[in-house]
Amino acid sequence: MTGFQWDWGYVWTVIPHLLEGLKITVAATVLGSVFAFLLGLIWTALRLANIPIISPLTNLWVSFIRGTPFLVQLYFVFYVFPNYGLTLSAMMSGVVGLALFYSAPVSEVYRAGIEGVAPGQWEASLTLGLPIRRVWFRIVLPQAFRVVTPMLGNTTISMFKETALLSTITIAELMAQAMDIAMAQYRFIEPLTMVGVLYFCVSYISAKGVRGLEKWSAARG
Amino acid sequence: MGHTLWEYQPFLLKGIPITLTVMTLAMLLAIPTALILALGRMSKYAVIRSLAGFVIETFRGTSALVQLFWAFYVLPFFGLELTPMQAGIIVLGLNEGSYFSEVIRPALGSVLAGQRDAAIALHLPTRYRFFRVVLPQALPVMIPPFGNALVGMLKFTSLVSLVTLQDLSFRAGLIRATLGESGPTFTETLILYFIMALMLGGLVKVLERWVNRRAGRPVAPLSLAWKRNTPVPTWALGGR
Repeated sequence: MTGFQWDWGYVWTVIPHLLEGLKITVAATVLGSVFAFLLGLIWTALRLANIPIISPLTNLWVSFIRGTPFLVQLYFVFYVFPNYGLTLSAMMSGVVGLALFYSAPVSEVYRAGIEGVAPGQWEASLTLGLPIRRVWFRIVLPQAFRVVTPMLGNTTISMFKETALLSTITIAELMAQAMDIAMAQYRFIEPLTMVGVLYFCVSYISAKGVRGLEKWSAARG
Repeated sequence: MGHTLWEYQPFLLKGIPITLTVMTLAMLLAIPTALILALGRMSKYAVIRSLAGFVIETFRGTSALVQLFWAFYVLPFFGLELTPMQAGIIVLGLNEGSYFSEVIRPALGSVLAGQRDAAIALHLPTRYRFFRVVLPQALPVMIPPFGNALVGMLKFTSLVSLVTLQDLSFRAGLIRATLGESGPTFTETLILYFIMALMLGGLVKVLERWVNRRAGRPVAPLSLAWKRNTPVPTWALGGR
């Protein structure tokens, strides 16, 4: 029963590696969320546009992404794409996987934001005879934006925590770093606990930031 | 060599009952966890409120994979050996329970406000108040988020493959490693998950109708329409 001792010396040797991993984790999250926000925009536009075959297919596609696990999607990007001549680095596969998987919930967020704009706003625009472009860009989207921003913040925080799965496709992010050290030393308590603490610190602080966004959104809404 | 994915079908499909077992048991753990945590957060005692808050924030703030690995690799050092199945169910259940508690808290809270005062005024015992007054009214409101949580849990279970439990994802990964046919294997796996998600979604729809009917709430007519009704007017979508 040696496991009960908490070795601070070991913790200090672990932390530099973990911070190295945290950089990759943050990079993957930032890239993944930017692409997810863009992809989500495309899905939302296609779904709302009411194009005969394409809109229902996009709906099906989005629910397919939402109905399947991230881990298997990640494997798909990492192992299957190269068979079709699309060889991506592990990091790129990870970012593509994150972007793809999160584009679906992001699209739902956009849709909810747009559909949440009060019907009176549409009616008023119609009555005033505003051009469609101006209705969208000056009336509907700015209002939707305020509702959507905090939700996207929450999505990004979920993504941040889910990047731990990128360790399964050989990316040396936070989780992978911790497991490498833990396996080599056969001491799991310190690295695995510190990883948890790091995830917690970043996501807790970010969540506080999102809470602030929510307040801002509520105050202006 | 010379093996095909076809020969591995029984092996792959045997992952489905394991995936569904983990999902069901973890969900059975998640629901009472969520209820207890949500009630804890609404407790009149500050100690219980902050304790529940601490548990919720811990499970929500650290990655689920970290929690799973912690349960699998660290707990044995404390003399607590968990099988992959047990570790998976406990971690997924507590994790999802923490998330779900935040989802159902507004539902409970919405009922609590006036109804609780009325129940107190009528001198109904605490347990009666919760099980006969609050819960039956909160239940219909909770069903749609429950459906989301259930499908979320289905996808979530793929994590247990990383602690060597032979669920659907694990078997797909193993077939890829031995057979090399990653394309068909993972495509089939994704489709299997999607079908299960669709079926669970349908099941929850049926449950929702049943609960609504029993609660005397309006029951929406069943429809299989892909086309959703959007409040966005057609003229704004370049409609003709």
